[in-house]
Amino acid sequence: MAHELGSPVVVVRDVEKRFGNYTVLREVSLTVRRGETVCIIGPSGSGKSTLLRCINGLVPISSGSITVGGREVADAKLDVRALRRDVGIVFQQYNLFPHRTALDNVMMAPVIVLHQNPAEVRARAEALLAKVGLADKMASYPGELSGGQQQRVAIARSLAMNPKVMLFDEVTAALDPETKKEVLITIQALAAEGMTCILVTHEMGFARRVADHVYFTDGGVIVEHGTPEAIFSAPTQARTRDFLDKIL
Amino acid sequence: MTGPVVDLFTWINSRTGLNFSVFTDTYDGERFITGLITTVELSVLSMVLSVLLGLAGLWMLGAGGFWRALARGYVQLFRNTPPLVQLSFFYFALGGVLPTLTDSRGAQVPAVSGFGWAVLSFSLFAGAFNVEIFRSGVEAVPSAMIEAADSLGYTRLQLYRHVLVPLGLRICLPSLTNNMVNLVKTTTLAYAIGVPELLYAAAQIWSEVMNVREMMDLLLVVYIVLVALLVWLMERWERALRVPGYTP
Repeated sequence: MAHELGSPVVVVRDVEKRFGNYTVLREVSLTVRRGETVCIIGPSGSGKSTLLRCINGLVPISSGSITVGGREVADAKLDVRALRRDVGIVFQQYNLFPHRTALDNVMMAPVIVLHQNPAEVRARAEALLAKVGLADKMASYPGELSGGQQQRVAIARSLAMNPKVMLFDEVTAALDPETKKEVLITIQALAAEGMTCILVTHEMGFARRVADHVYFTDGGVIVEHGTPEAIFSAPTQARTRDFLDKIL
Repeated sequence: MTGPVVDLFTWINSRTGLNFSVFTDTYDGERFITGLITTVELSVLSMVLSVLLGLAGLWMLGAGGFWRALARGYVQLFRNTPPLVQLSFFYFALGGVLPTLTDSRGAQVPAVSGFGWAVLSFSLFAGAFNVEIFRSGVEAVPSAMIEAADSLGYTRLQLYRHVLVPLGLRICLPSLTNNMVNLVKTTTLAYAIGVPELLYAAAQIWSEVMNVREMMDLLLVVYIVLVALLVWLMERWERALRVPGYTP
């Protein structure tokens, strides 16, 4: 993407994450700058999703350091909820609240968590839903929407909190090819507007087209990283080449 | 007392010897109505309090530590002992050691009336089951809902109030209905401590009028109608909570 990159928003330094004796992440370091779109690719079980969950504090790290907007995530004194307001996350299974309409889903967190004025939130939520192409689905319940529509509501729900960075955890993995496309277009538009995005994805074409920087992870370590061009056209590591050969 | 109802039951009495004195005698009628009102009051108050106790227990179970142990102890104690034993304990054991109060005419009255003990006892009894019922509902809510709320910065109270309880309630409502039906039937135990509810009123009447069979018939019919009314209301509530495209 051709836009100027700003100061670092997310800085991950030597992070290790162990579940019991099993090490999921090992010496992971990466920096994401304001406005940058970063894709993390790699085989299943390589720790990609765990890394995303560490960034917004859903999963605590074992050692190392993660800062978001200069604040240390692992700091016991950190207001975790304040951090999570700055970091939006969209999940593979959408995770919308099924008992509330699309509009409610988008409005709930700003009204309930941030205590913002409901009328103002409503206007913003309607604009966000229109932006993701769901102006006519505001009154629908999640169960009445297709997977792709639900995922776009989920994106709008995160955006309503005005996050500094958006995390996408394999958000198209559960979608069929047509609906996949509408979600990817939404994310691409967001990235083009300058939203800082970190995506864990298996969409190699999308990563190549949209990412500023690509990280390839395997077995809990970052094997190599670089521009999409470098990673996809001229990978230096055998493991990266193997992975790309298998899926492309 | 006059009117078609009186005429009907007077005619039945003259033809069959069946004496439904509740419909033909003003005094018996009033006693029976007072009993009915007392039963409804006992039921409604105990239902409301038992639901509040159930929610409080649910909250304490999630709080861990001392609170969790307290909620578990409460459930074990009140679920695993007979309600008549609980009621007797409150009325005779606890009520006996409480100081008496002096009323406006200088008479000594107990600090808590029989009605008061009955409400407390039935609320605690049904509340213990409600804790387990609500827990079963909330535990059936997918953990992804908790993750979504966490990632949006919800506090624990906000999570329970806006996500877990609304979703869990939809799951456990049929069980709650069962328990509330049981509670209405359990209010007859207040007879044992002389609270003038329906069974007590009926017993007073039949011991004077010697119409045990008729009063028993009437009691059965009245309880069937009362419970049917409750079930109808609960099913209406269940329907009102139904969400398009969502099966709890």
